Amino acid sequence: MLNKLSLTEAIAGLRAKKFTSAELVQSCLDQIKKHNKKLNAFLTINENALDEAKKADISKPFGGIPIAVKDNFLTVGLLTTASSRVLEEYMPQYESTVTKKLKEAGAIILGKTNMDAWAHGSSTETSDFGLTLNPWNTGHLPGGSSGGSAAAVAADMCIAAIGSETAGSIRQPAAWCGITGFKPTYGRVSRYGVIAMASSTDSPGPLTKTVGDSALIAQIIAGHDPYDATSSPKSVPDFVSNLNAQRSTLKIGLAKEYLVGQSKSVVLEAAEKFKELGHKVSEISLLDPKYSISVYTIVQRSEVSSNLARYDGIRYGRDRSFFGDEAKRRIMLGTYALSSGYYDQYYTKAQKVRTLIIKDFEQAFKKFDLIIGPTSPGPALKVGASVNSPMFGELEDMLLEPSSIAGLTSISVPCGFVDGLPIGLQITGPQFTESLVLQAAHNYQQTTDWHVRKPQL
Amino acid sequence: MFANRNFRPVLGFEVHIELGTKSKMFCGCPADHFGVSPNTQVCPVCLGLPGALPVPNAKAIEWCIKLGLALGCDINLFSKFDRKNYFYPDLPKGYQISQYDIPFCKNGQLLGHKITRVHMEEDTGKLQHQGDVTLIDFNRSGVPLVEVVTAADFKNSDDSDVFLKELQQIIRTLGISGADMEKGSMRLEANISVRPANSPNLPNYKIEVKNVNSFRFIKRAVDFEVSRQIKILESGANPAQETRGWSEIKQETVSQRIKEEAHDYRYFPEPDIPPLQFTKAQIDTWRSELPELPAQVRQELITKYHLSPQYAVIISSDQVMYSEFLKNPSKTTVDALVNKRPLQNQTTAKVDSEVVNKILAANPKAVADFKAGKQQALFFLIGQVKKELGNIDVSLTQRIINEYVR
Repeated sequence: MLNKLSLTEAIAGLRAKKFTSAELVQSCLDQIKKHNKKLNAFLTINENALDEAKKADISKPFGGIPIAVKDNFLTVGLLTTASSRVLEEYMPQYESTVTKKLKEAGAIILGKTNMDAWAHGSSTETSDFGLTLNPWNTGHLPGGSSGGSAAAVAADMCIAAIGSETAGSIRQPAAWCGITGFKPTYGRVSRYGVIAMASSTDSPGPLTKTVGDSALIAQIIAGHDPYDATSSPKSVPDFVSNLNAQRSTLKIGLAKEYLVGQSKSVVLEAAEKFKELGHKVSEISLLDPKYSISVYTIVQRSEVSSNLARYDGIRYGRDRSFFGDEAKRRIMLGTYALSSGYYDQYYTKAQKVRTLIIKDFEQAFKKFDLIIGPTSPGPALKVGASVNSPMFGELEDMLLEPSSIAGLTSISVPCGFVDGLPIGLQITGPQFTESLVLQAAHNYQQTTDWHVRKPQL
Repeated sequence: MFANRNFRPVLGFEVHIELGTKSKMFCGCPADHFGVSPNTQVCPVCLGLPGALPVPNAKAIEWCIKLGLALGCDINLFSKFDRKNYFYPDLPKGYQISQYDIPFCKNGQLLGHKITRVHMEEDTGKLQHQGDVTLIDFNRSGVPLVEVVTAADFKNSDDSDVFLKELQQIIRTLGISGADMEKGSMRLEANISVRPANSPNLPNYKIEVKNVNSFRFIKRAVDFEVSRQIKILESGANPAQETRGWSEIKQETVSQRIKEEAHDYRYFPEPDIPPLQFTKAQIDTWRSELPELPAQVRQELITKYHLSPQYAVIISSDQVMYSEFLKNPSKTTVDALVNKRPLQNQTTAKVDSEVVNKILAANPKAVADFKAGKQQALFFLIGQVKKELGNIDVSLTQRIINEYVR
């Protein structure tokens, strides 16, 4: 049962020589063998994982730790498809900065996880290689686009996973699968080698079993990258030791407009918990999230239409007929929004509203240290829910898009259940306040046990 | 040169200059690609591989702005890169990183002509058509490219000839590019139309003449185009909006592409590169670093050293000659230098299409081999021309053969 360990526990166990990396990797592989056929969390398994484990240098920070990686991170020697048939047999020529850093820290890339094709979606249902199922109830979706990574962590098929978020793609599947999902500030983690979705909001981050685990991974993958001009030159604080730093009373804003759906009552309980912990919680009014949906839709589609232009049929062996319906819809909408005569009406206007949203948060953070609210309006929806709903992702991610558009840092932690399915609480801070967000979330997890509950597989 | 009292040419230029920086515009690959074997200077960034990101070359930006300063431009302290979206096989990302509404430099002037803008972009790959297949060489992909755009304020081709040569000299004096048209590091594009002399309105069409690789040919192309367009207008018709090229064999412009409507490039700000903010102090420093420009040198030669304007032009046009002269600034030196100057085409024979035709007709197998992509066959054919004529301009011969065979 070594596969059930958290990252923190696994590192400690390896160092104390309670077990070997090979045993740890083997237990994850066994779990994958047992459940992946049904859950479809992994698309590719690293056949060399066990050999790598035998040679692992456990003196390194992540020495011998098996980590799953979303299939939009380029990994040399492992197929990288972004769950699209266009890249079905694509073997990358170079390594993404995030996986390079993980490997340098000694981690073993266990395999590549399923996602919405090109990360277009919040269900993992748009994957060209079959949907992923929610480990808590296989009649339900895992969320997305990092659904494979979230399901893999929730089902203990790996010790931790890497995902990427453009607007909710880490936090929403984390919430639906009952795990911790951490979105660092835009620019904190390099995007180099991540198949681009929407360049101005793409943020890689960890999906883990605890907040402490997220801090450990963020510590490794964060930092300026000379290969990414949008990565921040700011120095990276010590997230891990800051976790338990002396906490003063935090002023926490409870986003009034976000208290919708089935998540509301559970999240209100979480707010009470923060009060019990000695923090000040009061309601705050933010811009209606509906504006963010419009802004995000225009900006994201515009960038997608340009970012996917390189898959023009000349390289990569497959032409444009291999694009799925969702990608085609987004390319068409983005192309339209950028066309002359419409550009000002759509793209320029969206950027103006984006500025207003950023300012709205700036105002809010003058009064509050952090803002909390539900990650998603409700628990995981049933399989098939996204199929006839082209705006599915935008509606499910409506509470996440504002913070993504503003480039903020945010985390989702499990905070309760509805109908046997997990609900997530998001904790959001200003740009580059990862330490504070992680601290508050860690503080919450130390006095709650939602995050240690496991699905019956 | 053309004197038609009823019509006036409307003439402007776009000049592309490949910068001589060590590395490419957005990656660390070497920028100097001339004569390098195909696809040996490439990386994920200039190949546009999934997940690769551009990081701008600070030296290239500095040089672009220095050219703008040398051309008397205003510098936009806030600027940005934009994506120009279009499909072409030599463009691996499906968009070119360029500058749209906020170029680094604007509103300059040179020899009385208005410079509309000077902006920074990246070069594309190169297509090689060989028989039935087209090969792509990405060595040039991502090489820093500066575009200088002039207003359409040239009166005639004499006017533009002087301007373009002066621009080349400025670029060489700045040391930012060889500005060598044979090698493609300076490329000229003329926008030519003609309006009735009594109408101040601009014509409703525009002919672009592209891919002309010498000052001599661009001058001829402009003259040819103006006469051609006047003839069409005099016949009561309107010239078609199109892109034309220069045929060295026919000595005339030929249609390359009819433009049905304006291309929609769907420009938008490049999200992979943060906007750039310069300080006035930074720009002032770059301005203070500018070398003496050709106009200043000529002025100095005339006023300080009492050279005739003709000699001043000759001496100032060559860095080596100029520095030799400064070592011993006397009339003797000038005479020695000017007489030593090699006369153009003194030793090369004139390659005319007749001779090339004759040789191509006599060697059908070599022609077929060349069409099938065998470079060896081309060298053979050039050799045959050489046998016939003696010392020839090899690259000119190569171009004529190319054109004939195509």
